[in-house]
Amino acid sequence: MTRVPIRFYQVGSFAVGNRLLEDEDRTVQSDPQRTNSIDSGHRACQGCGEALGARYALDAAMRATNGQLAVVNATGCLEVFSTPYPETSWRIAWLHSLFGNAPAVATGVAAALRVKGRDVRVIGQAGDGGTVDIGFGALSGMFERNDDVLFICYDNEGYMNTGVQRSAATPPAARTATTDAVGPEPGNVFGQGKDLPRIAMAHDVGYVATATVADLHDLEAKVERAMSLRGARYLHILVPCPLGWGSASSDTINLARLAAESGIFPVFEAEHGVVTSVTPIRRRVRVEEYLKRQKRYAHLFGTQPRLEVIARLQALADANIARYGLVNDETTNATLED
Amino acid sequence: METPFAITLPVGTSRANHTGSWRVERPVYLHRLPPCNNACPAGENIQGWLYHAEAGEYESAWRTLVEDNPLPAIMGRVCFHPCESACNRVQVDEAVGINAVERFLGDVALEKGWALPGPGPETGRRVLVVGSGPAGLSATYHLRRAGHAVTLVDGAAQLGGMMRYGIPAYRLPRVVLDGEIERILALGVQVRLDHRVEDVAAEREAGAYDAVFMAVGAQIGRRVSVPAGDSARIVDAVNFLHAVADEDPPLLGRRVVVYGGGDTAFDAARTAKRLGASDAVIVYRRNREKMPAHGEEFEQALGEGVTMRWLSTISSFEGERLVVEKMALNEGGFPEPTGEFEELDADALVLALGQDTDLSLVAEHPEISVEGGVVSVADNLMTGLAGVFAGGDATPADRTATVAVGHGKRAARGIDDYLAGRESVTAPKHELADFSKLNTWYYADAPRQRRPELERVRRQGTFDEVILGLTEQNALFEARRCMSCGNCFGCDNCFGVCPDNAVMKIADGEYEFNYDFCKGCGICVAECPCGAIEMVPERI
Repeated sequence: MTRVPIRFYQVGSFAVGNRLLEDEDRTVQSDPQRTNSIDSGHRACQGCGEALGARYALDAAMRATNGQLAVVNATGCLEVFSTPYPETSWRIAWLHSLFGNAPAVATGVAAALRVKGRDVRVIGQAGDGGTVDIGFGALSGMFERNDDVLFICYDNEGYMNTGVQRSAATPPAARTATTDAVGPEPGNVFGQGKDLPRIAMAHDVGYVATATVADLHDLEAKVERAMSLRGARYLHILVPCPLGWGSASSDTINLARLAAESGIFPVFEAEHGVVTSVTPIRRRVRVEEYLKRQKRYAHLFGTQPRLEVIARLQALADANIARYGLVNDETTNATLED
Repeated sequence: METPFAITLPVGTSRANHTGSWRVERPVYLHRLPPCNNACPAGENIQGWLYHAEAGEYESAWRTLVEDNPLPAIMGRVCFHPCESACNRVQVDEAVGINAVERFLGDVALEKGWALPGPGPETGRRVLVVGSGPAGLSATYHLRRAGHAVTLVDGAAQLGGMMRYGIPAYRLPRVVLDGEIERILALGVQVRLDHRVEDVAAEREAGAYDAVFMAVGAQIGRRVSVPAGDSARIVDAVNFLHAVADEDPPLLGRRVVVYGGGDTAFDAARTAKRLGASDAVIVYRRNREKMPAHGEEFEQALGEGVTMRWLSTISSFEGERLVVEKMALNEGGFPEPTGEFEELDADALVLALGQDTDLSLVAEHPEISVEGGVVSVADNLMTGLAGVFAGGDATPADRTATVAVGHGKRAARGIDDYLAGRESVTAPKHELADFSKLNTWYYADAPRQRRPELERVRRQGTFDEVILGLTEQNALFEARRCMSCGNCFGCDNCFGVCPDNAVMKIADGEYEFNYDFCKGCGICVAECPCGAIEMVPERI
C-alpha cells in the first residue's frame, strides 16, 4: 500500500525537500522555479490553509501538464482574497463565474478546448460550500457525464468568507455562527452533512482522493496521478482555517496533521469506486489532541468537559480507521537504499 | 487606454499589496546551540561536522571536527560521550551514535593520511607544555596553529600520557594513538622525553619560555593500608597498567582481586583477564548506583567474565586469603561496616582507589595555589603565577580524556591572549536548542546502527580492540540520524509551507524572508524541524 519506501535523508521524505535529495525526489514546492500559481500579496488571513493548499495543488498540476492548464474557480474565500479588482494573484489561466456553477463552467471550458483541438487540461475548484452545497448539482452532473475535469475541493469545513456559517462539510459539535454552542447538543448536530469523497466514489468516477496540507508529498503525488488520467476526477483537500476554527495561525499544518493522525480525516485514494490505497497513520493521537487546539470545540473542554461528545467524535475517528484500515502494524523504518 | 471588454482598470498583480504591513511578529533565522555541542567537554561543533558527514563529505567533516579536537580517532574510542546523553534524539528513539561516527571519521583520516591544518605564522613566542597526555597534545596543536613555538616535555619514554599508560590497548590500539600523535608533531614541535620537570619556574627561565602549560595528569595511585603478609602480592592499578603498556606485565597469578569502582578498576580487571587470570573479582564498598565507573565499561567487563563483589571492603590479605567485610548503606547512602566477614582466595590484589597528582614542580611557588591535591586555575586556566597555566587531571574537573582535550584548547586560547596582552573573554553561547524547539514529525523513523563487538572468546587472551568500527554505509546512516538541532540543514520546509510565498530560496540551505509579504503567521517556525527560526515582535 505504501507509495514509495522512505528514503533516508535525515528527514526522510516528510519534509518539503532536502539538500541531499536528488531533484526528482523533492517536492514541486522545493523548486525555486515552481509556478507560484497564487502569488504574494493575496488577502488571505495569516496562516491560511486554503491559499497553501491551492498553491500546492496547482503548482503540481502545472508541472504535471507542462503549464497547459486552465482553472475555473467558484465563488468563495479563494476567489475573493485572490482577485479584488483590479488586482489578481493568479499567475495561471484562471476564470471565475458564479458560486454554484464552477463544475459546469469547467465542463464547458474543457469542451471548448477540445473543439479547438488544444490539449489544455482543466481543473475546477471550490471551497467546501461551493462543492458540497451550492455547486453540488453541477458537480454531480459533471461526474455523471465523466467530463474531463479534475475538481478540487479545498475543505475548510464552513462558509468562512461570509462569517463562519455551517456548511454540509462542517463536522459534528463544531461551533459556527449558525450552530451555537448552547443547549443539550451544542454546536453542529451529529448525523448530518455529506461525505463528498464517498459520494464521488458512488458516481464511479475514475479517480477520487483525499489529502491534507500536512503531507505535501502525498498531495503532490495525488495531483500528478489525477492529471495522468482522463475523465471526471475528484480531489478533496483538508485546509485548516485559523479564522473559522479559532486556531493559532501557526498551527494550520499541525492541525491538518492531527486531523489525519487521529483518524478524523481519512487520507486515501480510490479508482472507480474502490479504495486503492490509504496513507497509514504514523503516530496515532486521540481526537482531543486535535479538538482542544480549536476554539470551535472550546465548549467541549474547560471546567466541565463534555466527555460524551468527545467520545462520540472519537468513535467517528475510530470508524474511519476501521473503514479504511488506517493503522497498520508494518514498521516504516527508513533505509539508505531505494 | 485599450482594455478588454467590460474592463475599465488595467489588471495588475497583487504584489502591489504589501501584506507585510499586517505583521506584528517577524520570523528570523537563527542558530541555536545543539545540546551535543553544549555537552561536549572538548567543545566540538558536533552538529557542524555531522552536517558534512551526512553528505558523505568525510574530509570536510573531519576538518570541522579537528578545528576543536585533533584526536578524533582516539576520542571515538575512549570518550564517554556526554554528547549522546544530551542528544535530543533520545526522546524520539535513540541517541545519534556520535562517538561511532567520530571514530569512523578519525579512522578514515588516518587511513587516507589527511594532515591537520598547518601552523599559523610564527609569532616568535615560545611555550613549554609539560605532559603529553590529551591536554598537553591538544594544547600543543592549538598553540602551533596560533603560531607559537612549542616544546613538549614528558617524564615517560613515549608520548601519550594516560592514553598510552592508563588506557589498555583493547580500548585504544597503539597504532591509532601513534598516528594521531604523529600528525600533531608534524606541525613542528620540539619534543623532549624522559624529562621530568622539577620546578616549573626554573624550567621556564632556563628555556626562556614565554608561557608554560602544565598538564601533568594524575599518575600516583592512591594507597590504602591493608594488613598484609610478606608474601601478599599488592600492586596499584596505575603501575600495573603502565607496566602492561611497557609490555612488561607483572605476574599476578590466576585469581586477581581489584579494589575500587572507577573506570581504572575495570581496566585493571579486564587487563588481568587478558593476561590469563581465571578469576577477576572487583571489590567495591558501595553498590552499582553509586559506582563511578561508566556503564559501558561495566557491561563489557561483565561480558568478559569479570565478577563483582558489591558493598565490601578489604580487611586483610594474608597468604592467599583475602578477608572482606560486608558493608551496608546507611540512610545517607554511605557504606558502614556490618562486622560480617568473608574470605576470598586471591593470588594478587590490585588497588584502583583513585589517583593523585604529583605537584612537586610547583611546590616552591606559593602563588600557585593547590587545593585538594589539584591546582587552582582561573577561567582561562591560568594559575596564580602569571604565564603559567594548568589543565587536565591536575586541575579540578572530571578526569576524562575529553575534558583534558577541552582544557588543552582553552589553555591555548588563554596563553594566546596572555602573550598578546589581551583580556580573555568567553564568547556568549547561543540559546540552547532543547527538544521543545523541534518539530520531530519530519524526521524519519530510523533506529540506531550498532557497532559490532569482538566475540567474547577472542577477548580472553588478546588485547585486540573490543569495539569495532562502523562500515561507511552505517556511519553515513548514523550521521543522517542527526536532527541538526537549532541549525538549518536545508530541508526547504520554510520555503514550502509559507502561504504567502514570502520565503525565498536562494540556494540549497539558503533562504531569505521577503518581509514585504510575510504576514507573520508563524507556520515556518512551527514547521521548521530543527528550530532554526524564531518569531520576534515587530517594533510598532
